[in-house]
Amino acid sequence: MADIALAAPPAATRLTREEAGFARRELTRRRLVAFGLVAPLLIFIGFAFFAPITTMLHRSVYNPTVVELIPDTLTVLEAWSGEGTPAPEILTSMAVDLKRLANERTSGKLAEELNRGLPGTSSLVKSTARKLRRAEDAALATDGATLLLDANPKWAEPELWQTVRKVGRTYTDTYFLTALDLERDAAGSIGARQSARIYVQLYTKTLRIALVITVLTLLLGYPLSYCLANAPARTANILMVFVLLPFWTSLLVRTTSWIALLQTNGVVNSVLMSIGITSEPLEMMFTEFATIVAMTHILLPFMVLPLYSVMRGIDPSYMRAALSLGSSPIPAFIRVYFPMTLPGLSAGALLVFIISVGYYITPALVGGTDGQMISNIIAFHMQQSNNWELAAALGSLLLLLIIGLYWVYDRLVGADNIKLG
Amino acid sequence: MTLRSALIGSAALLAMAAGPVVAQELTAVSFGGAYGAAQKKHMIDPYIEATGNKVLFEDYSGGIAEIKAQVEANNIQWDVVDIEVIDLERACSEGLLEVIPRDILPPGDDGTPAEEDFFPEALANECGVGVIFWAIIYAYNTETIGGGPPSTIADFFDTETFPGKRALRKRPQVNLEWALIADGVAPDEVYDVLSTDEGQARAFAKLDTVKDDLVWFDSWSQAPQLLNDGGAVMVQSANGRIFGAIKDDGRPFEMVWDSNVFDLDVWAIVKGTPNKDLALDFIKFATNTKPLSGMQDVAYGPTRRSGAALVDPAVTNDLPTAHIDKGIKADGIFWADFGESLGEKFNEWLLQ
Repeated sequence: MADIALAAPPAATRLTREEAGFARRELTRRRLVAFGLVAPLLIFIGFAFFAPITTMLHRSVYNPTVVELIPDTLTVLEAWSGEGTPAPEILTSMAVDLKRLANERTSGKLAEELNRGLPGTSSLVKSTARKLRRAEDAALATDGATLLLDANPKWAEPELWQTVRKVGRTYTDTYFLTALDLERDAAGSIGARQSARIYVQLYTKTLRIALVITVLTLLLGYPLSYCLANAPARTANILMVFVLLPFWTSLLVRTTSWIALLQTNGVVNSVLMSIGITSEPLEMMFTEFATIVAMTHILLPFMVLPLYSVMRGIDPSYMRAALSLGSSPIPAFIRVYFPMTLPGLSAGALLVFIISVGYYITPALVGGTDGQMISNIIAFHMQQSNNWELAAALGSLLLLLIIGLYWVYDRLVGADNIKLG
Repeated sequence: MTLRSALIGSAALLAMAAGPVVAQELTAVSFGGAYGAAQKKHMIDPYIEATGNKVLFEDYSGGIAEIKAQVEANNIQWDVVDIEVIDLERACSEGLLEVIPRDILPPGDDGTPAEEDFFPEALANECGVGVIFWAIIYAYNTETIGGGPPSTIADFFDTETFPGKRALRKRPQVNLEWALIADGVAPDEVYDVLSTDEGQARAFAKLDTVKDDLVWFDSWSQAPQLLNDGGAVMVQSANGRIFGAIKDDGRPFEMVWDSNVFDLDVWAIVKGTPNKDLALDFIKFATNTKPLSGMQDVAYGPTRRSGAALVDPAVTNDLPTAHIDKGIKADGIFWADFGESLGEKFNEWLLQ
């Protein structure tokens, strides 16, 4: 387009200086207009996509709270060897800091951070801060160590100070280690976490559930799309409405209707019991089974639509040619038709898989404890335990995992093979 | 004084007088359901009527995450929040709530000064003023329970005598306390035992014995529903929800008060709200004798002694205050210490 204006003209019609300048200005103007037109989109993507993700990635390693709360104590603590009770001036500094925090009403923030490193510390910090609030500044400066130990003898324990040192870093890998069920011991070497180990298990489970759902939608969606693509236009349109109708229905309505179907006294159990297949109601609600069934149903259109549009584009004469050249139907299907549907299939499978890995609402409603996925534990840390750093680390790992899977997919299948229509 | 300056002066006066009147809009947040309706009837609506101020009354599901988000982003949308004492301790010490001066609280209707009129627990934390006493109990459905009526917390864990599903709220709080009591720990030693590794292991081991018979729910509103639709024969519940189901819907439910875990809800003010004065004004009004005694509608006990006197004798026996001798007080300080680590262990246990 704009390049035409700059293409070297024949010597006879060489542009004058003014004309060339005009062309350049025109080109710049057009570029600005084009940029202006996409600018809202760029700004939107920046605000709604890059900024939150960057914040999340940053938050998972950045935790300045403790450094901001007790900077002086952390500075003097550097002199501590890591064994035995720290020197009195370190204790004094902590006592002074705690009094200041108590007056600023921020001792709870320090308590929360320390408690995360060493459960049970929260009340120690808060009660000590309360006691020191009434202490006189002069007494605190000279005799802070004694006052601190009087408030609670636990301040003499080296384990506590190791925790202070550990959480007192602005940048930390603690949250990523926790998200991988690892931890650093006092010497700094990484090993399996001593307390709860749940996250790796949950990642594996999430991937497994997502894979099962992808395979199920594929098994259901492939023949369905084939029917749709090869049916007469009128029938295909009607069938398409049946595929799209649930797609247009609210996600919550669809999930809730699965609750009505699957619950203990629900439709499925009543039918099974009335025709005598079972005598006791089956436990289907609040299980992994319920999560898989409901999500397969909800995600099916994401498989059908790309497959359908690709299948519609396949000329039936290829199959006819294969058959007339002597192939049996099944080898013809496998060697001629199926490879041509692969772009739609990869697009559908990738869509379903990636959507289900991050799915939240359906497992939360029908999954009970069995059917929980990693997104539910991320929500737990966002909403209930208030551990946003760990939630960010878990989310970042999920993002890395998906990028990793996409990379593997790109190497194996090729991302340019994806076709949505 | 010229006419002009007099006009400007009176306009300024008018503006000063009108300014605060225009801004008199308060956002109060509570738990909704029947409890929210009782608060609307006895606290919000009378306040609007008495003062002419507007009150937006919204629901939330508890916890401090939303308050924390508002305070950290310095974008305060809530002014007054009904918060469980189990969360109050943490929210207050993290600087998420305003301190409420005690001297502004009015005396009770019988003239008793506020500091004496309130039960001590209701004013224990400087950031809150008690609204209700409530309790976590378990209830059973008399039509589906087998093996005679259960009466103790040990019965809840006795799946042989009382077969069927039991529903618990999906969190470690209260469940671990109950497991230990059912395992023979004295109620007043529960939190001491639970702060040791062995005690925690013991509680989970007790929960293990009924794990296959447990159903989990997330919000209190699901408890009576599970009991009603046959999802469980015994459910853990806030006492008011079962009371409502029995009284208003005529359900065949029965409450068991043995080892109930009682706690308070308080009104608190979100730190940094521009409407702090109005929020204090609302709390002064809402924690007076009469509004507090209205909470008996949903079987939650008033936090003032003068309010207890106004309780209908027919309801007295359904209030948590009548069963405190059989219960233990939920320990907010313990759960501030161990909420997170036990939460993780609980999740791990669930996944096993």
